[in-house]
Amino acid sequence: MTDPALSNAAASPAAALPAPGGAPRSPFLQIALARLRSFYREPEAVFWSFGFPILLTIALGIAFRAKPPDPVRAAVVAGPRAEAARAALAAGPAMDVQVLGEEAAGRALRGGQVAIVVVPGDPPTYRFDPTNPDSRLAHAVVDDLLEGAAGRRDVLAPRVEHKTEPGARYVDFLVPGLLGMNIMSSGMWGVGWVIVEDRQKKLLKRLVATPMRRSQYLLAFVAMRMLFLLVEVPVLVGFAMIFFGTPLRGRVVDLSALMILGAMAFAGMGLLVGCRARNSQTVAGLINLVMMPMFVLSGVFFSSQHFPAVVQPAIRVLPLTALNDGLRAVMNDGTSIAALWPEVAVLAVVTAVSFGLALRWFRWT
Amino acid sequence: MEDLAIRCHGLVKRYPPDVLAVNGLDLEVRRGECFGLLGPNGAGKTTTIEILEGLLRPTAGDIEVLGRRWSDDPRGLRARLGITLQETRLPERLTVEEILRLFRSFYARGRTVEAVLELVGLEDKRGARYERLSGGQKQRLAVACALVSEPELLFLDEPTTGLDPQSRRQLWQVVDETRNSGHTVLLTTHYMDEAERLCDRVAIVDHGKVIALGTPRELVARVVGQEVVEFEAPRDGVEEAALRRLPGIQAARRDGPAWTLTVAGLHVAVPALLDHLEARGVPLTALSTHRASLEDVFVTLTGRRLRD
Repeated sequence: MTDPALSNAAASPAAALPAPGGAPRSPFLQIALARLRSFYREPEAVFWSFGFPILLTIALGIAFRAKPPDPVRAAVVAGPRAEAARAALAAGPAMDVQVLGEEAAGRALRGGQVAIVVVPGDPPTYRFDPTNPDSRLAHAVVDDLLEGAAGRRDVLAPRVEHKTEPGARYVDFLVPGLLGMNIMSSGMWGVGWVIVEDRQKKLLKRLVATPMRRSQYLLAFVAMRMLFLLVEVPVLVGFAMIFFGTPLRGRVVDLSALMILGAMAFAGMGLLVGCRARNSQTVAGLINLVMMPMFVLSGVFFSSQHFPAVVQPAIRVLPLTALNDGLRAVMNDGTSIAALWPEVAVLAVVTAVSFGLALRWFRWT
Repeated sequence: MEDLAIRCHGLVKRYPPDVLAVNGLDLEVRRGECFGLLGPNGAGKTTTIEILEGLLRPTAGDIEVLGRRWSDDPRGLRARLGITLQETRLPERLTVEEILRLFRSFYARGRTVEAVLELVGLEDKRGARYERLSGGQKQRLAVACALVSEPELLFLDEPTTGLDPQSRRQLWQVVDETRNSGHTVLLTTHYMDEAERLCDRVAIVDHGKVIALGTPRELVARVVGQEVVEFEAPRDGVEEAALRRLPGIQAARRDGPAWTLTVAGLHVAVPALLDHLEARGVPLTALSTHRASLEDVFVTLTGRRLRD
């Protein structure tokens, strides 16, 4: 409450400088504090920034969790040899076999409850749809089991190794994507939207009517982005590591450098979309226009490799693609940041160009 | 030049393609006075004040504020000013005290947050968030933000529009105190009573130009007269020339059935008017009189009311 520098200034208005030893007045700190307070006193903003990504990770992690392999479902048509066939099939691993009447078996096949129908006999008959991958798999498995039961000997006898390891699962793909997406949307909204709100409220105009340094107003946004990373990344990565065993194979310093660069790139893009707009509806539209294509193309929820080869070069230069690919390489493959120079280059160029244009075009009043 | 807080000559502000917001405006505000810019909405008051505040660039004109030009040292000049804009919304989620601390941090010297809270009477609202304040409290806080620098020149753009009486009086007091401490105030308003109460001198602005300048009393006496008589009478019963010939009546103006007379001696003019009307058998309705005000100055000069 009692700020020595301030009370001193009041006691002798002529004194240009705060008293020696008095707390230095720090406009930058005050601007950054104002930003921070405005953020954490808005519960919705806190939820969308920190809570939502975790909920999304939980939901998708559960939906795509590692499950035991699906059983092969087969029906055997009732008859004198049905029981022998059923027993032979049921002896196989992960089999689900039932004996049904002729008609019921046909219905089950059409309805997809079974993938194949076996009519015992000499020779037996297999009924299935060859265009259905499940049925083709069932055919191979069923045929193998029945031939084996009939006395066929395997000549190759290969050894089998099962591998289901962290880094190759969907949740491991997802977590870096969510991190990248969150850095993008919090940067765009947290900078672009907030600046336009300040402009619409005429607060920006009021601030530039003071001797405030304009650079400090803008730098406070950058500081907020960094602070945001400091909270968001440990929370989301820590959560994924603890609950899903998501790996962090690369160095923390590489991960941090990549995320700082990503945060700067999207702060710059937020600044750019917000540099002239006069009202928040306009900037909301612009933000969505910029982010939507990247949500779809940049490999947040599924790999961007699914898109045709002709559009791949365009997808590669999107900042979110660079960030997501980089984060995945560091977290899942332990790649060092030096090996990620194309991604680093994309993010650096986006940062430089967006800040450069935004500062040139910025509308203060 | 040092006795002038503001010198402004030939100010023009054009918004392409065809809006001429300020059209050759001249203004001199002395140090230590409270100067009022009066005029209807759209007269160019806000544009003028924002140019003087260094927030807008003029199309043409020569401006000195506190003896400096805006091109010389804008930050140095800003440090000596205090400004309220016509409408500013401060950060909703911050408290009164946090907002003042923010604004105080921009100035190397000035008042304490404490002192400013007391000046505008918001001591017991220091911990309240901006979003929870009433309109009057918000406006007082906006003025408080302008006072943290202990400004040599305080700009107030319609500081009391739409305010409750208590907040209005509080702000009047702030203006008085600022002027009493030797600092200058430039305010715009369209409340004439406020201008008469606060301003040492006023300029009436219309269509981007100053159309009258002087102390409120001087302007009223010069342009209008002392008293104003208003009445209504049927259209064909009364003639302007006949009214003008009556004793004590200086001017007469008609707007439909409504007449407005400016009058030097009420005690002479009113009986003469009543006799005149009675002699002609003209029925008289809605007779009233009031002391001439700045509002009448504006109506006399432009033929329009201030708040249309």
